[in-house]
Amino acid sequence: MATDSVKDVVLSPVFKNNPIALQVLGICSALAVTNSMSVSLVMGLAVIAVTACSSMFVSLIRNHIPSSIRIIVQMTIIASLVIVVDQVLRAYAYDMSKQLSVFVGLIITNCIVMGRAEAYAMQNGPVMSFLDGVGNGLGYAVILLIVGFIRELLGSGSVFGLTILPTIQNGGWYVPNGLMLLPPSAFFVIGLLIWVLRTLNPDQIEKTEYRIVANSKTKIKETANV
Amino acid sequence: MASNNSIKKTLIVAFSLCVVCSVVVSSAAVVLKPKQVQNQELDRKSNILQVTQLYRPGDDVEEKYAELITPRVVNLETGEYSDDLDPNSYDQFAAANDPATSRTLSGDQDIAGIGRQEKFSTVYLVGDPDDPDQIVMPIRGQGLWGLMEGFLSVRGDGNTIVGLSYYDQSETPGLGGEVDNPRWKAQWDGKKIYEGDDYQDPQIQLVKGGASDEYEVDALSGASLTSRGVTNMLRFWLSDQGYARYLARFHDDSQGGA
Repeated sequence: MATDSVKDVVLSPVFKNNPIALQVLGICSALAVTNSMSVSLVMGLAVIAVTACSSMFVSLIRNHIPSSIRIIVQMTIIASLVIVVDQVLRAYAYDMSKQLSVFVGLIITNCIVMGRAEAYAMQNGPVMSFLDGVGNGLGYAVILLIVGFIRELLGSGSVFGLTILPTIQNGGWYVPNGLMLLPPSAFFVIGLLIWVLRTLNPDQIEKTEYRIVANSKTKIKETANV
Repeated sequence: MASNNSIKKTLIVAFSLCVVCSVVVSSAAVVLKPKQVQNQELDRKSNILQVTQLYRPGDDVEEKYAELITPRVVNLETGEYSDDLDPNSYDQFAAANDPATSRTLSGDQDIAGIGRQEKFSTVYLVGDPDDPDQIVMPIRGQGLWGLMEGFLSVRGDGNTIVGLSYYDQSETPGLGGEVDNPRWKAQWDGKKIYEGDDYQDPQIQLVKGGASDEYEVDALSGASLTSRGVTNMLRFWLSDQGYARYLARFHDDSQGGA
């Protein structure tokens, strides 16, 4: 445990062990909030803050958490932090919080937060847990921004609200792809991203759990021979 | 660490965690509350200013609002102003949910799909309150996916539209969501609601395939149900169940003056 270097802890979840691309966690919110880059960015920052702080607090009291109620304890800490983040956004980024609406609240159910608290923070010190949370939050934010970039560019012809491809509705030439503005398109984009990442980095390809064996054919032959 | 799992320890940890977390959550809520309320107010004011088309980017919302806008409460049944209710504190959304201050709409009345309607509504007068340049009225109704809430602004004659703008809607982005597109919204300027002095029957509607006269606005392409929702809510709020009696007064006033 002590061998984990700071750099590894922060950077490996971003590229090598990405929570969305490799572990396929937290997909639900990634589908919903990635139709524009600015929303993706705020959502990414919110998740970084929650993951980092919740991991740190869980780690601080990890030696006192009774194992029978440990999930509830983690949940309570995460939920409290999410409410605080939601309140702060409402006070200081009102427009943004209106766009994110219910999805800030749903960070509570994001598997990444819970997953890091249970898998890492329960065994490691507060500083490393905090950094681990930052790293995993970053991994989530990076994927969100990539997906947000593709969806906003193809769906509204803009990036961060700045027009890149002038759309037909506004007198330009680009016919926006309406599907890109709807949540299902994030499925395709994330799927393609995972494909690209696993092609570049074949270590990430999981072993096939079972193989379909062509046994029925031979059996039929045998019975036919008999 | 057997002691960690004793009932006593479990209860202590659970209890103290609850106390700490509730203190953190409630203090965040209390400390940030004034700022949030201010934001909501600012948001409402800037929506009202935007529909009047008098707001330019960079203007100070509070200052401009204070300079231009006078809120008043209107009794929808009589079309008269009500002085009993303070327009700055009257909350018509709360009123719409309270049986004492609202009425249930029957199925054939309720073309906007709102269920209950308040008896009093706040309107925002631009310029001189006795002879306003514009009247901004809140409207709401069902779109395709949910309730759409917005403001409609008309000129001082109570008949010519300045603008229609939604501050809350959940229509399909790129299709029904184009109600937010400035190019579509620009069409509303100069459209008429009523024909002649018939303030019973609003004529304004969205039509497919291009608007041909001043009572028609282009429908949103690929969003028939959102367009129908917009037409229905305008028809509802501008009929005598909504603001028709109130707006008719401006028609009379302008004739009296002329």
